[in-house]
Amino acid sequence: MIRILKQIFRTGIVTEPLPTEIDSEITEVGTKLEDAIRKRFRRSLTIRQVDSGSCNGCELEIHAINNPIYNCERFGIHFTASPRFADMLLVTGPVTRNMEIALRRTYNSTPSPKLVVAVGDCGCSGGIFGESYASLGSIDKVIPVDVFIAGCPPTPAALLHGILRAVGNK
Amino acid sequence: MSVLIDAITPVLGAEFRRDEGLHPSSIPSCIVSREKFAETAKAMKSVHALLAAEWASDETLFGRGFGIYACYRWGAEYLIIKTEAPFDDPTFPSLTKRFLPAYRFERQIHSLMGVTPAGHPDLRPWIKFEDWPEDAWPLRKSFDASKPMPRVFGEYKFVRAEGEGVYEIPVGPVHAGIIEPGHFRFQAVGEDILNLEERLGYVHKGIEKKFELLSWQEGSRLAGRVSGDTTVAHSLGYCMALETMTGCSVPERAQWLRALFLERERIANHLGDLGAICNDAAFAFMLYQMSRLREIMLRTNHKLFGHRFIMDRIIPGGVAADIDADGKELILKELKKLLKEFNKLVTIYDENSSLEDRVRDTGILIPDKAREICAVGIVARASGLNLDCRMQNPFPPYDRIELNVPVLISGDVHARAWVRVEEVRESIRIIRRILETLPSGEILTEAGIPAPDTSGFSAVEGWRGEIVYWLQAGPNSEINRCMVRDPSSVNWLGLEQAVLGNIVPDFPLCNKSFNQSYSGHDL
Repeated sequence: MIRILKQIFRTGIVTEPLPTEIDSEITEVGTKLEDAIRKRFRRSLTIRQVDSGSCNGCELEIHAINNPIYNCERFGIHFTASPRFADMLLVTGPVTRNMEIALRRTYNSTPSPKLVVAVGDCGCSGGIFGESYASLGSIDKVIPVDVFIAGCPPTPAALLHGILRAVGNK
Repeated sequence: MSVLIDAITPVLGAEFRRDEGLHPSSIPSCIVSREKFAETAKAMKSVHALLAAEWASDETLFGRGFGIYACYRWGAEYLIIKTEAPFDDPTFPSLTKRFLPAYRFERQIHSLMGVTPAGHPDLRPWIKFEDWPEDAWPLRKSFDASKPMPRVFGEYKFVRAEGEGVYEIPVGPVHAGIIEPGHFRFQAVGEDILNLEERLGYVHKGIEKKFELLSWQEGSRLAGRVSGDTTVAHSLGYCMALETMTGCSVPERAQWLRALFLERERIANHLGDLGAICNDAAFAFMLYQMSRLREIMLRTNHKLFGHRFIMDRIIPGGVAADIDADGKELILKELKKLLKEFNKLVTIYDENSSLEDRVRDTGILIPDKAREICAVGIVARASGLNLDCRMQNPFPPYDRIELNVPVLISGDVHARAWVRVEEVRESIRIIRRILETLPSGEILTEAGIPAPDTSGFSAVEGWRGEIVYWLQAGPNSEINRCMVRDPSSVNWLGLEQAVLGNIVPDFPLCNKSFNQSYSGHDL
């Protein structure tokens, strides 16, 4: 136990102010966002992540926004297990034929008003997989999308920025 | 002399016909009649060989029917046995009775290529869903992959258990966490799992078919997206198979850089997994600590190589990112810090008795079972199988790096976690060695285009385990077929075995300790 406590104290708080690449923009959006989340979502934005056919690259980066360095919970962003509790669906793609029905069901289970954010180049356009017998392409071919986050995969900073954008828009 | 060749010689006798089109020539391959296909499997079984992969290729463009290939491995040896089935009689004898992993390989061949394994016990579709048209065989040349398929009515019959108190738990495809989709069907009594049936295929994106539409150069980009967490190893596997076909010799510096990328990918994923395993045993402290270390590595990757996962940096003919003296310095400094912190965390893992209570004796895959399913990678090494391509089938520069391969025999969650711990330390050592030895020179050369009707084979040890690529050039030197065998294709079978008799709430922990890829399996 003493080792655990020691490690915790030695590590301290590693959460960073959002990275410099989009810093000026993000501090601005960040403050606005906190306001938006506070007002519209009673201080918490709950996200359900849906993988509708990605290669797992985007999922790894979505995991990363939960790590202590990006620490998305400080903005009131929280990931939930059930679409029924969600305010936002964070969907990675391309939508495969075999996942189409599951994606539609998840979307229908999410209470309105809801936000949908398409993540990654494949989610935005179908990416390298494109459209074929097995892949339907971008997310908006199947469900309405509010915001697109490009990148293969998008960096955690880009993901946060995109989520903030989606909340700010509404 | 070769054990595998010796074993099949009495079966084939004078019938032994070498497949001249396969590269590298160091891997023996032969073409046998359909009758002998199952007999050779029996001979392979008798010398304790493992089945590494089984696949089919539509060879109608060459004026032949279907080629069915089985790849066996024994220690450092590989052997590929091919048989041919005419187009109007697409069947071949099933190997499932001899080799368990053939069970899924053959279902896949049946579903996607429309070639029937005669004598297979279970021909329900695999990856192909019940709502696909029956005659949709996407890997056939006659199939038009650009058109969407209509949905038809169909039903997938799960295995059922009956009796007093037996109930069923369906899970997925959309899971509770931030993970890929797949369906698990549990039969349980009380909390004990009687049976687990996996149903995968949800992320089938038509990757193998897509390869056939791409140029050889573009192929490495797609290979890098077969499974996003294993992007380095997959693009390496693809490039190596292509380079053996064209006879391209990759510059030495590029080979060492490839190994550097591969080991960095291994460390980053192992760190993530160790954190996630502990988190599934409700020890969130470790998740945050490990993900912090992982983030440090990814940032260094981004800074030095321009991508956090080093995606698209391995290309046919070499690599697309180099490192200078400052970069080396940065990595050495990062690793020193990382190892120090990592060792502290491992001590905490090791001394935590409540964690130990969860991870030990949970989800045991006994060595016999692991051998039966021909497990590879971490899963194999945690269950007593000493398998590692970097050691047994070393591709440069691993033929010049001495390697310690950790092998445990308990086969439980702890063993799979501990193999990762040891591998992180070993990979750090290897990276230091690479940076010491890194020769100077070019990093890229012309990859070339393979000759028609040749094929190329490669096996690479990714962080999950052995990845197999087999490429075939068509009549106009285009990609005729690209077979991808991710370690997940065999190891998923291990999870079904390991959870039996465990309690349902331990399933996430068992699953996380395997951490197999859905995308790499479904393709």
